[in-house]
Amino acid sequence: MPAAAVAVRRRTAGDREDLLGRLMLAPALAYVILLVGAPLVLAVLLSFTSATAGSLTFTWVGLANFSRLVRDSQFQLALRNTVVFTLVSQALVIVLAVTAAHVLDAAFVGRRAVRFLLLLPWAAPVSLAAMAWTWIFDSTFSVINWTLKVAGLLRGWLYWFGDPTLAMIAIITVHVWRMFPFATVVVLAGMSAIPQDIREAAVIDGAGFFRRLVSVQLPLLLPIVTVSVLFGVVFTSTDLGVVWLLTRGGPYNSTHVLSTLAFQRGILGASLGQGAAVALFLLPVLVVVAAVMLRVARRAEVGA
Amino acid sequence: MRARRRRVWRAVQRVALYGAALAFTVFAVFPFYWMLLTAFKTNRDLYVGATDLSHIPWIFNEPPTLDHIRLLLTQTPYLVWVKNTALVGALVVAITLLAAVPAGYSLARLSGRWGERLGIAIFLTYLIPPTLLFIPFSRVIALLGLQNSLWALVLVYPTFTIPFCTWLMMGFFRSVPRDIEEQGMVDGYSRAGVIRRVVLPLAVSGILTVVIFAFTLVMQDFVYALTFISSVGRMTVSLGVPVALVRGDVFYWGSLMAACLITSIPLAVIYNLFIDRFIAGLTAGALKG
Amino acid sequence: MAYVETRNLHKHFGEVRAVDGVDLAVREGELLVLLGPSGCGKTTLMRMIAGLEQPTAGEIYIAGERVDADVPPRARGVAMVFQSYALYPHKTAFGNIAFPLEALGRPPAAIGDAVRKAAGMFGIGHLLGRRPRQLSGGERQRVALARAVVRSPRVFLFDEPLSNLDAKLRAVARFELKQFQRQIGTTTIYVTHDQVEAMGLGDRIAVMDRGKVRQVGTPQEVYDNPADTFVATFLGSPPMNLVEWGADTLLGFRPESFQPRAVFGPDEDLLTLRLRVREVEHLGSSRLVYGTLEERARSDQPVIADLPVTVTTPIAEGEVYDFAVRRAALRYFDARTGLRRHGPA
Repeated sequence: MPAAAVAVRRRTAGDREDLLGRLMLAPALAYVILLVGAPLVLAVLLSFTSATAGSLTFTWVGLANFSRLVRDSQFQLALRNTVVFTLVSQALVIVLAVTAAHVLDAAFVGRRAVRFLLLLPWAAPVSLAAMAWTWIFDSTFSVINWTLKVAGLLRGWLYWFGDPTLAMIAIITVHVWRMFPFATVVVLAGMSAIPQDIREAAVIDGAGFFRRLVSVQLPLLLPIVTVSVLFGVVFTSTDLGVVWLLTRGGPYNSTHVLSTLAFQRGILGASLGQGAAVALFLLPVLVVVAAVMLRVARRAEVGA
Repeated sequence: MRARRRRVWRAVQRVALYGAALAFTVFAVFPFYWMLLTAFKTNRDLYVGATDLSHIPWIFNEPPTLDHIRLLLTQTPYLVWVKNTALVGALVVAITLLAAVPAGYSLARLSGRWGERLGIAIFLTYLIPPTLLFIPFSRVIALLGLQNSLWALVLVYPTFTIPFCTWLMMGFFRSVPRDIEEQGMVDGYSRAGVIRRVVLPLAVSGILTVVIFAFTLVMQDFVYALTFISSVGRMTVSLGVPVALVRGDVFYWGSLMAACLITSIPLAVIYNLFIDRFIAGLTAGALKG
Repeated sequence: MAYVETRNLHKHFGEVRAVDGVDLAVREGELLVLLGPSGCGKTTLMRMIAGLEQPTAGEIYIAGERVDADVPPRARGVAMVFQSYALYPHKTAFGNIAFPLEALGRPPAAIGDAVRKAAGMFGIGHLLGRRPRQLSGGERQRVALARAVVRSPRVFLFDEPLSNLDAKLRAVARFELKQFQRQIGTTTIYVTHDQVEAMGLGDRIAVMDRGKVRQVGTPQEVYDNPADTFVATFLGSPPMNLVEWGADTLLGFRPESFQPRAVFGPDEDLLTLRLRVREVEHLGSSRLVYGTLEERARSDQPVIADLPVTVTTPIAEGEVYDFAVRRAALRYFDARTGLRRHGPA
């Protein structure tokens, strides 16, 4: 027997699972703690200070940033916009996604191709997609305006980024366009997880399409739809790129959301404290989302 | 009579199905079609203005041109941005693999009961968005003297790639049967040897998936790049194209859309190949039941 | 001299005592079967011997060397065959069998020879280039066995290696396994819940229940002289009849020794019991008679008699017959502890 085989008869570091486990986890954990945990704490701390980007001094100002914000009409609008964008776009996304998933689930020719095309919006870098939409909504060259005109649906002219309502519609359109393919694929994954015999049982029982949808599929799809909505809420409510690239918060600061306002005040305006305070208003949303997510996961586990 | 009515109803359903599929597809694909059209249209064909109802913008009214692509590749820093993106992407992927692969294994096999909880906790940090972190990061980056440096991105991007990829790898490692690992240990290998000789070869497809997703996540970022990078020569594609491909106030829409197109499409194709694993990772909890 | 030995071995998972103080001595060269219902701790016990599970308390010795605390599985000189065979899916059959030898750092030429020799033993030489998913269940089992043999381990550990085979193949595989173990004479511990497998394979059987070893003995000993009511009813199909016999005694007798009175000679030392027949099952090679005893003895379960086809006495349902057991075949147990007693008390 070679010497090497004899030399390692006793336990070495490679055999000690507890030690190995900690060593292997350490880099990732350190990264997350140092570069996610610590900055998160720093974000909270900054929001209580009057820190600016230029100097490295902190002055503790307590709740001053927050009390100023709550009275700030600009902030109130941004908060409202964030809620509106998120809720409206997610509502549309659910309807579109459940419908699209049912369409895709039915066997038809070219299904794979359709699925591929549907996923393009989600896979493309968001900033580039936003640029395409900026061009589509261009004030002079908008193909939408041309088409509406030719169809006889439009009398005057739509200045998409010149009018607050139109700008909001444009932003919501882009959010929906971006999120619904993702939601569709998630729901589709959920549908294929519904056992075939349950579906067939419903068909044999003579339930019609809508009865089947409402009383069999939707309840079974609920957890997966919840997950997709939660991700949608997180991605939409915290998104900065779409609003920033489409409108820069304009016209007249009417389409600012919390993230763009935080960017404007914290980075461009250099008052880190203010910006951090604005962004911090997103934290409760995330906490709620995380809590619901954990519940869904746990219930799925108990059910299994 | 009944049978015939049913046949008609079937046909109507069929038509409705294809109609709906078509509508969804058109909505999803339309901006990409628009990129394609714009990228290859001559300027004369492009900048007519939507008020001219006789000029149909949906088609090539003049023969397509490669001028915009040529301009993009020769007159703009696009290729520099591609290089920067590739560099940052490669480094971030490397860091992510070094951290996430061992961590995923540790959580799946070596951390016992609290491994599950710690795994969920790490995954939840993926939900903490850049919006909450870019302000404190700007302070951290300033302290480290990394303003306007690609190294700032290399440092920051793993904060979202590591949690997500750790979670994905945890799932992959769980799917390797325990028996096989234990067999390796009985067959004369230490746990570390089993990881190297048995587990990693079996997790190759998982590792490949992680590489792809880490890279696409890097490509998706706009916020951090916008916050940390100000010189045009140090930008990534997803920052440079929207903010720096403008001369003065003039948008070069042809080149801009060309850039969007040739960046998005290859990415989307690769992404599509792996999307099912991505979904499986995200929904691991909800689908288990 | 025990070759593999455990002393007061414990494994607790929280409140659950999976293995609860096991003293087991496996002799060199024998095939010992760990038999018990699922959850009795037999697999945990085997995994502790392999080193895949750390004992909560107790000692394990292999060939006189204490291994429980500080010797990792790879250095214990054991080879294990899992229920799933646990073949490495990314390796060919050759790669699978060669893997333990690579761990020992053998030169490639020696590895090749050893692999081909081991494969030859199991008649799978022509399959060495295939991957596990290209092999049938029986072929996989042979690859797993060849992999276990190839590095000449001190001990074989088998965890229900036949349960994934279909019934027909299983009988053949059992026979081959026994032949092969006899031939190479390596100490073997074999876990199963299948008593037929245990009786057929084992030089000795250790019957386990709820983390404890109830009895160790040759198949015949365990079957004929069960140490307690658990062993008595776990072994044998149908199981031993147990009827109350006085205040604190249970009387046990095997269905096949419980026959119509007429079967026995007139001078034999018998216990005769009147049986009211409830049901008769014809199983081809035998008849199973279910009934209740008319006098003295009571039992919750029906009493069963297993009559070979050679016994042609007509039996009708609903009637009462005289049945008898030789007194030598009677077993007595303590009603409270379930332990064997050597007389009616």
